[in-house]
Amino acid sequence: MAQTEQEILAGLGEIIDEVAGVPADQVTPDKTFVDDLDIDSLSMVEIAVAAQDKFGVQIPDDHLRNLKTVQDVIDYVRRPAVTA
Amino acid sequence: MGTDQTRVVVTGLGAISPVGADVATTWKSLLAGRSGVVPLTDSWAGELPVRMAAWAAAEPAALLDRTQARRMDRCEQLGIVAAQEAWADAGDPAVDPVRLGVVVSSGIGGIASTLSAYDTLREKGWQRVSPFTVPMLMPNGAAGWISLELGARAGVHATVSACASGAEAIGYGIDMIRLGRADVVVAGGTEAAIIPLNIASFAAMRALSLRNDEPQRASRPFDKGRDGFVLGEGAGMVVLESAAHAARRGATVYAVAAGVGYAADAHHIAQPDPAGAGATRAIRAALADGGVTPDQVVHVNAHATSTPAGDVVEGQAIAAALGAAARGVAVSATKSMTGHLLGGAGAVESVAAVLALRDRVAPPTINLEDPDDRVGVEIATEPRELRARGNTPMAVLNNSFGFGGHNVTLAFTAV
Repeated sequence: MAQTEQEILAGLGEIIDEVAGVPADQVTPDKTFVDDLDIDSLSMVEIAVAAQDKFGVQIPDDHLRNLKTVQDVIDYVRRPAVTA
Repeated sequence: MGTDQTRVVVTGLGAISPVGADVATTWKSLLAGRSGVVPLTDSWAGELPVRMAAWAAAEPAALLDRTQARRMDRCEQLGIVAAQEAWADAGDPAVDPVRLGVVVSSGIGGIASTLSAYDTLREKGWQRVSPFTVPMLMPNGAAGWISLELGARAGVHATVSACASGAEAIGYGIDMIRLGRADVVVAGGTEAAIIPLNIASFAAMRALSLRNDEPQRASRPFDKGRDGFVLGEGAGMVVLESAAHAARRGATVYAVAAGVGYAADAHHIAQPDPAGAGATRAIRAALADGGVTPDQVVHVNAHATSTPAGDVVEGQAIAAALGAAARGVAVSATKSMTGHLLGGAGAVESVAAVLALRDRVAPPTINLEDPDDRVGVEIATEPRELRARGNTPMAVLNNSFGFGGHNVTLAFTAV
């Protein structure tokens, strides 16, 4: 089930609104989580778990810490699945 | 008494209780003798021997920003609601952050969150445990969140002493200001423990009333028919301020937080000392600390939880500590209406004590139909007008005693 960038962005916006109270329309691809959206590390964990539920993609901690912008997460969700 | 520099006053009040979602409604309900106890209709209550409790008059999560609320245990939500009201009531004062402190406690902290996280761990694994679980369950959580909300940097403290927690927080706050550590302190207590485990635990001790068929008549402090307390939830907060700081900013002052007295029973982990020595000492210590003489006292908000043992001990302790001056003092047990708010009790009852001074009226004690004649002091069953005796300002005491043998008495005087 390939999702478009727009769909993922919209889904992420919902998650971030729910978890961190940032209105979905402020969640644009260029924004950084920490500086632009003021999202702390505890919220990032929640976002990752919610993203797993919504997009079916697991984000291990060592990958999560490299996702600095909204676009980074969109790219991660859309990347081809890696077989274990 | 101390100079203006060490005199501590009350400049703000906040409360969310079973009889009102704010201070004004709570106070009006207390004066009207309204009970906040209701039957427990949740399915889990059917299995329990106790099927009544006193819920907060409003859902705290509904009163808060959603993002904020979802990261907090219910006891923290109640605490923040009351703290916000108290701060606004004090006029949202401008205070140097390093001169602003917070002392807020809960008896048991975020226990509902603890149990919920435990279920999540067992059912779904650790990855599903919320990263906010620890801040939700820690007993200092409410204090931390309130400190964060207000930017309070002088110090943040959580004085856990079971059912005396809320009063002890206020006592600690008074001392913080007197010691020069802060100019303003938000102090109080909160509890949200109406869950099966807690009900079962208190019921196992035979501490709770079993009068399930008459919930509003179950909490009956000082009455011969009392058979235990009724569990309640809620939070109370006061804004304490140095008199000098309050005067400089033209704050409205409710009362003087004149003194606090502490003592310990060292008798039994959960039962009060039948001799009431600790309670008597705490009352005397509060009077001494506040420079208050017994005949200044016109009202006592008793701890009186409606337990067979505790109420009598306290009544006798009040009589012993005040001596001849006990005659004419309006002793009231507001737990007859609110139930027992555990860590929140001492704080909500301090709010009631301060308002009794402001309005010169003591709230009634309801359900007192057949007073226990061992009590030793007269209990107010109707709202009672308060009048100073002599030329010194009138004083009101608030007692709070907790499992573990904690005894805390606060003394407030009219401005």
